[in-house]
Parts: sequence; structure tokens; C-alpha cells
Amino acid sequence: MPITIIDLEKIVNSGLTTTIKKSKINFDQLFIDVDVENITSVILFLKTNDKCKFRQLIDITAADYPGKEKRFKIVYLLLSHENNLRIVINIYIDEKIVVPSITKIFPSANWMEREIFDMYGISYKDHPDLRRILTDYGFEGHPLRKDFPLSGYTEVRYNEDRKKVISEPVKLDQEYRDFDFESPWDGTKYIKTETQKNKTNDKR
Amino acid sequence: MTKQTKTMNLNFGPQHPAAHGVLRLILELDGEIVEKIDPHIGLLHRGTEKLIEHKTYIQAVPYFDRLDYVAPMNQEHVFTLAIEKLLDIEVPIRGQFIRVLFCEIGRILSHILNITTQALDVGALTPSLWGFEERETLMTFYERVSGSRLHANYFRPGGVHKDLPRGLIEDIILFCERFPKIIDDLEMLLTDNRIFKQRNVNIGIVTKQEALDHSFSGVMLRGSGVAWDLRRSQPYECYKDFDFKIPIGKNGDCYDRYLCRIEEMRESVKIIKECIKKMPRGPVKSIDGKITPPKKEDLKNSMESLIHHFKLFSEGFRIPEGEIYTAVEAPKGELGVYLISDGSNKPYKCKIRAPGFSHLQAMDYLLKGHMLADVPAVLGSLDVVFGEVDR
Repeated sequence: MPITIIDLEKIVNSGLTTTIKKSKINFDQLFIDVDVENITSVILFLKTNDKCKFRQLIDITAADYPGKEKRFKIVYLLLSHENNLRIVINIYIDEKIVVPSITKIFPSANWMEREIFDMYGISYKDHPDLRRILTDYGFEGHPLRKDFPLSGYTEVRYNEDRKKVISEPVKLDQEYRDFDFESPWDGTKYIKTETQKNKTNDKR
Repeated sequence: MTKQTKTMNLNFGPQHPAAHGVLRLILELDGEIVEKIDPHIGLLHRGTEKLIEHKTYIQAVPYFDRLDYVAPMNQEHVFTLAIEKLLDIEVPIRGQFIRVLFCEIGRILSHILNITTQALDVGALTPSLWGFEERETLMTFYERVSGSRLHANYFRPGGVHKDLPRGLIEDIILFCERFPKIIDDLEMLLTDNRIFKQRNVNIGIVTKQEALDHSFSGVMLRGSGVAWDLRRSQPYECYKDFDFKIPIGKNGDCYDRYLCRIEEMRESVKIIKECIKKMPRGPVKSIDGKITPPKKEDLKNSMESLIHHFKLFSEGFRIPEGEIYTAVEAPKGELGVYLISDGSNKPYKCKIRAPGFSHLQAMDYLLKGHMLADVPAVLGSLDVVFGEVDR
């Protein structure tokens, strides 16, 4: 018997009790916040619990908030075919934390964690093969961090004299322009109030 | 005397016709038996996610055409859906029908390419010659509606860019009448072909459990007998109004996946026909003037429209703070976008979940113990396109 998203929130909260720091339902998906040290047990619970049945890991990703004390947010997306439900698990970590790998629970986490390592420089404990994945051989830096410039630091070209491809610091003829739109224009009022009304009606 | 056994390392690609783009495989071989595969990806990495963070929402849409470049509009679809959900706006019903129409055209585009190139990889040349002629026809439909064969930029937040041009519906109907015959022809060449079967039956078997553990989706999952299609189970747009079957496989081998794709093409043709029959009249994009640009005619007469047009294409619109994961059933599997908005006119973070990424990851376990000649066959049936794997 498939369960609804509201049942799921109750099951998760009663099954994991204090490990869940926050839970909310948004767009028919359950968002929960947990601590980094509990991540493997939470995911194992969601996978093996005979009511939740989150048998498939959809993706792992991260987001960078340089200003905050806990700089990175790591996001795990899980899907349950039987219940037709999705869950989003968030953990917040600072730069120096090593995150436990979940490759033992879901083998497909391997490349996803490698990608986060490559893009954000977050390292994993007990990962079988933590190497860069998407960037070039010998690449330095972590491109999806907010302090990494869009144009990067190096560019490559073929050097005719040395008969090989070499990399040099980026030279831009014109500096990259990032337009900052400070404007008082913030959309229509009437449509926003309409949708607000609809939302409250739905809740009732 | 001791017998020495030694494994050999073989470098497959990145420039190899059977690598379907730029894939480098480091193969460890014992004679002709594959011991280990280490795929090196990222040779087509263009930093799409980083670029999207620096563009407004409207400017970011064309990057999605360049992900899975054999079915561009399906990729745009997921991004526009994510934006629409965050903004909480509705697409008019005609807009939804046009989207469904072109998503199914995209599905056929992708499946033709996959089936014919898979046949090419195992030695059959003719299917690709026949199939590509049809792809060309379908791409002219793309061109007529958006002005471009591949990089369409046709789906926009709030609807589609323009209504269908005159005469296009009639030509699509003609195509739908002709195309099932072409599928029959392709099947005649492949389905009972002895060589094709020898190369595909019982090769690259995936069980149900393995398909779940390895995050497979789309045909890779259905080929193993899991009846899961997002169009049916989590319907988006107006898919719930359509009547279509979801073909599933039994053995989970390359041959079953091929059969699933063939059947899916037939179902797509059915959906297209039904879509055209039911196509309602009306607007094709949201009437919210702060999200969708005004009509071209209005620009000449209305100051208000001119201002809106200018603001939309320079500053763009702002999305209220929030985060969302949206997924659609792209031809290759579950394509998702995880979007974080910070309330500005640019995405704070946009993660693209490409189905091919997890499929390719499973190469090592799929091919362990297989012969070297099976590598292209399995790779072909995984249906990977490097635009989306490398992003």
C-alpha cells in the first residue's frame, strides 16, 4: 500500500527522531535536514525501512555559500518507486569536514561523490576511488565554488614551436562584465496575490 | 616451467567511431576478456552549470539544447518546468499540447539515432541510412517552429516561444502516417537478424535490483522489467490525458532494450496523433506580462509593451527564494534539474541530473567478463550522449 507524503513525514520523524533537525514539505517533496555524521544511517534507514522504500539514489549535489559559517550544503535526492515519492536530504558542513561516503549503500554514489569532490573540493571518507572526474587532467581548483572566476585561471593553446598543447594564464582582451541589476522592478503585485490566494485555498 | 599470465591495457577512444562522441575507456584485458573498465569522461566538459549561474533564466534555456543534442527540446522542458513551479505559473493548455507534441518528436529523434547507431556498432550499415532520412524530416519540423534544426530554444518559461506556423500540423500528420512503415522496415532489418541477435541477446544483462542500485532510469530500467515512466507515474504537462502504453523488457539485455525503444517510438507516434487530434485553440504562453514577452506587433504601439520587452530581455524576471527538484522522462531516462533560487534574476545553483551519467558509470560492472567485441554493443545500448554526461 503506497503511503502519502504526509505519512512519510511522520514515519521519518518517528523512525529517526532526533537525527532529523528540520523537515518540511514543498512541491510534493519532503525536505529534511540532518547532521553530517548521521548521513549514512539516515540513508540506510530510508533505503531499508519497509515503509519508506527509497530504493533509488537519484543524485547527490552541493551548493556553495561562501559567506556562511557552514560553507557547503550537500543535497541527496532519493526516489521511491513503490510509493512514488521523492525525498531531499540536506547536510550543512564547513570546508574542513570529511563527509562519510555512501558508496557502500548505493554503488552509483561513486561518480556523484567524485563530481562533488571535483567541483567543490569536498572530500569523502571510505570512498573507493576519489579522483577528479569532469575537469581536465592536471586541473587545479574547484570550478563550482563561488570564488572561482567564470573565465577560470588558465587557457590552453597549441604551441607550434614546442609541438604540443600548453596552458597559460587567461588573457582577456576585455574584462568579463557581470551586470548587476539594481532595480525597483519586482514583478506584478496582482498576480502574486492571486497565487497566494490559490495556495491558501489548496491548504484548506 | 611457470606459465605467465598478464593483463593488457587498451586505450579505447577518445577518438573512436564506436565511442559515441568523446569517451575514453581504459580497458584491462585478459586475452579478449574484459577484466576492468575505467571510463574517463569530461572531455566535452563545458562548465554548463557554472555558466548558467551567470546568466538570467531566459538566457540559460539555450544551454539545455546543448546537453543531449539529439533531443534538444526535452532538455529545455525540464528547466522551464522547474522555473514555472518556483514561480507558480500555469502554461495555457495549447502551450502544453505543443510541448507534448515536440517532446515526443524529440523522443523519436533520439531513439532513431540510438537504434541505428547501435546497429552500426554491431555491423549493420543500412538502418542508419534509412533512419537518418527520417531524423532529417523531424528536424525540419524543429526548424519550422523555432528557426533552428538543433538548438531550438523554443520552450520558454510560461509556454512556448511562438504558435505553430501554418501547414506544420498537416505535415506532421503526413509523417505520422508514413513513419510506422519505416519502423517496420527497421525491424525487418534488425529484429530477427541473426547477426544482430547474436551480438545483443544475453549481452549486458541488468537485473531489477542492479538497475535500482545503479540509479538507472528510462529504457535501462524498463528493459529490466521495472514499469516506471515519469510520464505516467508523476505526470507533468497534460500527459495524464493521453493514452499510451509503457513497454517493458523481460531479460534486461541489450536486445530487450532495443525492443523497448522500437515500441516506444510506436507509442510516441500514437501520442503525436492524439495530440494533434485534441489540440485546442488559444494562447501558447502565459498571459503574465512580467514573465513572457509581449507580442511583436504591440511593441510598435504600446509603450508598456516596449518597456516590458526591454526589461525581460535585459534584466529578466526574478524568482522568489526557494529550491526545487524537477524531473521529466527524457528519451534517455530521468532528466532532472535541481534549482536553487536566491530571489535574484539568476539561478544561484542549477544542477543537471543527466541519465547518461549513471548509466555510463555502470560500464565496469556491466562488462566484467564479457568479450572486447561486446564493449561497443553495450555502450550502444546504454544510449549515452556526451553533451549531457560531461555537461
